[in-house]
Amino acid sequence: MNRVKRQIAPYLLVLPGGLWLLLFFAIPMVTMLSLSLQQGDVVNGYVFTGHWQTYVDALSNYESQLVRSLIYGVVSTVILIVLAFPVAYWIAFYGGKRKSTYLFLLLLPFFVSFVLRTISWRQILTDDGPVLHPLKALGLLPENVHILGTAPAVIAGLVYNFLPFMVLPVYVALERIDPRVVEAARDLYADPATAFRRVILPLSLPGVFAGVLMTFVPVSSDYVNSAVLGSSSTTMIGQVIQAQYLANSDYPTASALSFVLMAVLLIGVFAYARALGTEDVMKVAAR
Amino acid sequence: MTAQTLQRPSTAEPAPAAKPRRKVTGRGVMHAYTWVIIAWLALPIFVMIAFGFNNPKGRYNQTWDGFTFKWYGQLFALSELTSALFISLVIAVISMFVSGALGTGIGYALGRYHFRGSGSLNLIMFATMSSPELVMGASLLTLFVSLGVGLGVVTITIAHVMFSISFVAAVVRARVMTLDRSIEEAAADLGANAWTTFWKITFPILLPAIFSGMLLAFALSIDDFVVTNFTAGTTVTFPLWIWGATRVGLPPQVNVMGTLIFAAGVLIAVVSNIRSRRGSRKQD
Amino acid sequence: MSVPNFPDPSLVRGLTQRRFGRRDLLRLSGLSAAGLTLAACGVKGKGKPSASAAPDAVAKFWAGKTKNGHVDFANWPLYMDPKQPELKRFTAETGITVKYQEVIQEMAPWFAKVQPQLSAGQSIGYDLMVITNGIQFAQFRDSGFLAPLDASKMPNYVKNAAAKYKNELYDPHNVYSVPWTSGITGIAYDPAKVPAISKLADLWDTKYKGKVGMMSDTQELANFGMMALGIDPAKSTSDDWTKAADYLKKQKSDGIVRNYYDQSYIDALGKGEVWITQAWSGDVFQKNASDGTNFKFVVPDEGGTLWTDNMTIPITAKNPLDAIELMDFFYRTDNAASLAEYIGYVCPVPDAQAQMRTDADKKTGADKAAILALADSPQVFPAQSVYDKLHYYASFQTAALQQQFQKTFEPIVLS
Repeated sequence: MNRVKRQIAPYLLVLPGGLWLLLFFAIPMVTMLSLSLQQGDVVNGYVFTGHWQTYVDALSNYESQLVRSLIYGVVSTVILIVLAFPVAYWIAFYGGKRKSTYLFLLLLPFFVSFVLRTISWRQILTDDGPVLHPLKALGLLPENVHILGTAPAVIAGLVYNFLPFMVLPVYVALERIDPRVVEAARDLYADPATAFRRVILPLSLPGVFAGVLMTFVPVSSDYVNSAVLGSSSTTMIGQVIQAQYLANSDYPTASALSFVLMAVLLIGVFAYARALGTEDVMKVAAR
Repeated sequence: MTAQTLQRPSTAEPAPAAKPRRKVTGRGVMHAYTWVIIAWLALPIFVMIAFGFNNPKGRYNQTWDGFTFKWYGQLFALSELTSALFISLVIAVISMFVSGALGTGIGYALGRYHFRGSGSLNLIMFATMSSPELVMGASLLTLFVSLGVGLGVVTITIAHVMFSISFVAAVVRARVMTLDRSIEEAAADLGANAWTTFWKITFPILLPAIFSGMLLAFALSIDDFVVTNFTAGTTVTFPLWIWGATRVGLPPQVNVMGTLIFAAGVLIAVVSNIRSRRGSRKQD
Repeated sequence: MSVPNFPDPSLVRGLTQRRFGRRDLLRLSGLSAAGLTLAACGVKGKGKPSASAAPDAVAKFWAGKTKNGHVDFANWPLYMDPKQPELKRFTAETGITVKYQEVIQEMAPWFAKVQPQLSAGQSIGYDLMVITNGIQFAQFRDSGFLAPLDASKMPNYVKNAAAKYKNELYDPHNVYSVPWTSGITGIAYDPAKVPAISKLADLWDTKYKGKVGMMSDTQELANFGMMALGIDPAKSTSDDWTKAADYLKKQKSDGIVRNYYDQSYIDALGKGEVWITQAWSGDVFQKNASDGTNFKFVVPDEGGTLWTDNMTIPITAKNPLDAIELMDFFYRTDNAASLAEYIGYVCPVPDAQAQMRTDADKKTGADKAAILALADSPQVFPAQSVYDKLHYYASFQTAALQQQFQKTFEPIVLS
């Protein structure tokens, strides 16, 4: 009897949570797919007809937003890697006793609501705000220059909001590097630059990959930054999807776009995960 | 080679003979750079805190018009804002406990047992953590619309629990895998059955991990915007209220609330950090 | 126990056959469940083809409703004095408390937000909401989300409302709604930054590149696009829509439009982000009154849009009796006058004009001049000549045409 209990123990432990995830994560994906193939309107209801023309229409109408979102995603991720790496490197190697303090300071913004942080940036960057007004008053910038509403403003916002998500995984990977390996490289006559390039950098790559995983997906599907800091020329696919669901009640188009976005992003993510092994990524993500 | 030579290079280390200046300068630059980044990250927070003390003339809290404490006294003057904050807190607390329970079960099972389906479970958990929030929220909306159940506090809570479970599970699992089995074996040797062993030995050891998982779930829930936006209907949570109010201008109460939440979070983090340091010192 | 020198045939069969194991069963059931869900999934609509209420619908709805002493009122911003004098008067006279929330910024998102709850028969937290005539009004009505109103509970409305407000085109015999106010969509501009504007064509002028605001509501946007090309929206065809959409896309690709706004256009104008913008008549008046600015509002030569915002009661309202009493309260002449004095929109009660003149006599100086100006303003009591220049939103015979209209103009705002 005890052996049976031990055998079913994991299943019993997993059952409630697993059921919840099945019901509220897996099945909604199915309903979303189903809704994307339905026809009708919000007043008279939708009927499943397998109508896949919705996908064609949606993609042809909003292809530029999808491409733009992926571009913003790639650009932001690259900028994030460039900005985050030195910080992670410095804290990992030279942080000493105050490592956790530095990490804590990096995470400080997360004690403030995401929306509130982005809105504060809008306040700082507004046309007559504390940044632009003095520059314009001094004549350094023409009167009609504006930062808000441009792609750089949106990308800056995205980079700002997701920087800690890139620093942490890279830091974790760098911190794990056995100092003896670096010592060995030095002993073999490598100067600091070569030691970095041939030893530290390759060992840090899993952290970079994990960071990319944790930032590329949310950045590409974000809509808050573009809505607050951007304008209609920076519209991202996230805004389109949100508008189709929550403004136009066009559920089939919205679901089609949503599904395409998720497919594009998850394919990339799973490719990375395959290369890395899900276990590692889970561990890093759990930090 | 003694153990000392295996230390990580620290700031106290004297510069090596070869090219000392370049190394110090490089390190100094990185040091300064790190502080620049930290300052940049903190900038909007300071703006937010500062404008909680502003005394705006018109409707908009945009330009500095004078220092005042009055908003701290009038914190709950806007009933809708207060009730939005209250709803956010209620949902976060419920989500914390439910996802804590469900996530702990999954984390413990994954960390301790090998069972069929653990692979797919891992996959689903990974998917919930890496899926775009937009898609998770939107798909939940399609589920609720298809079922015709309407939207509100219940659907928001369901959504929050859903995306928190995996984070709690990951935290608990990490701890379970580093658990020292010998203690449990000792308990069994002393005559405790599985149930007693779990509740008296394993569970208390896991409790800090479970607790930090729950805190994570709380933080995720109270700040969530995207998924909540899709599942709320006309219910308003704190982030949703802020979002809706940006059009007409944010009242200073929002800044004050943000400041207080920020201060509370920092305080909790610092206190728990001091506690854990003291705890580890005690163990030495 | 015999020593098998030839394996048991059943054992051989078992070893060599591919088993239909648990995993396959799980996989199969999972896929078929998914497939079944896919096929069975459908979103049930509540559409009713006929627009008029059944004769006993009114009685059926109001039977058994009791007064609860509270009303939750959802409205647009800039539709009431923030001090809420009329609501305070209402509470003082009737004892019914009112919670007033300015949660509606644009019609399409409002409908999308409340549709799932209303469809599920759930309360949306409001007993009274103000919605514009147009596509969404029809969607609300056809989905059965609006309560039919009992005229016997609205004596002031019956007595005081102008005749045209008792039988609207979009709600014959005003079964589901009574007007809150009417308004004009025209052009607002900052005279300090641009010379006097009078034409829709000015919104396409490259002189104002990057400083023009347009509305994100597809109906508003489409009307301006069509009127700028000389098309009458009421008679427009899908070819007209394509022409107007192309003209609007050109405005966007030339970089003339700064952004597409909901009611927040008035903030953008105030902050100087835009210099000329599509605007609603009363908003500009209120902005000048509250912030001391000097923005101007004009009805363009090519035409403007006339719309009506209406008070309605959602079908799942918790306090409909209290709500209908509040609706009627605003049709008392003194309340209609005091509301119009603040918001500067078209007043549905003609007698309010005389009331406003009386109110003006009680005040002095600048206040008196302001109220007198409103009483004589074509924005609050338009003359027929003004009405002649105005057009309604485009209307649609079928749901398919409506969807086509939306799909023609949505991408302009979203891209």
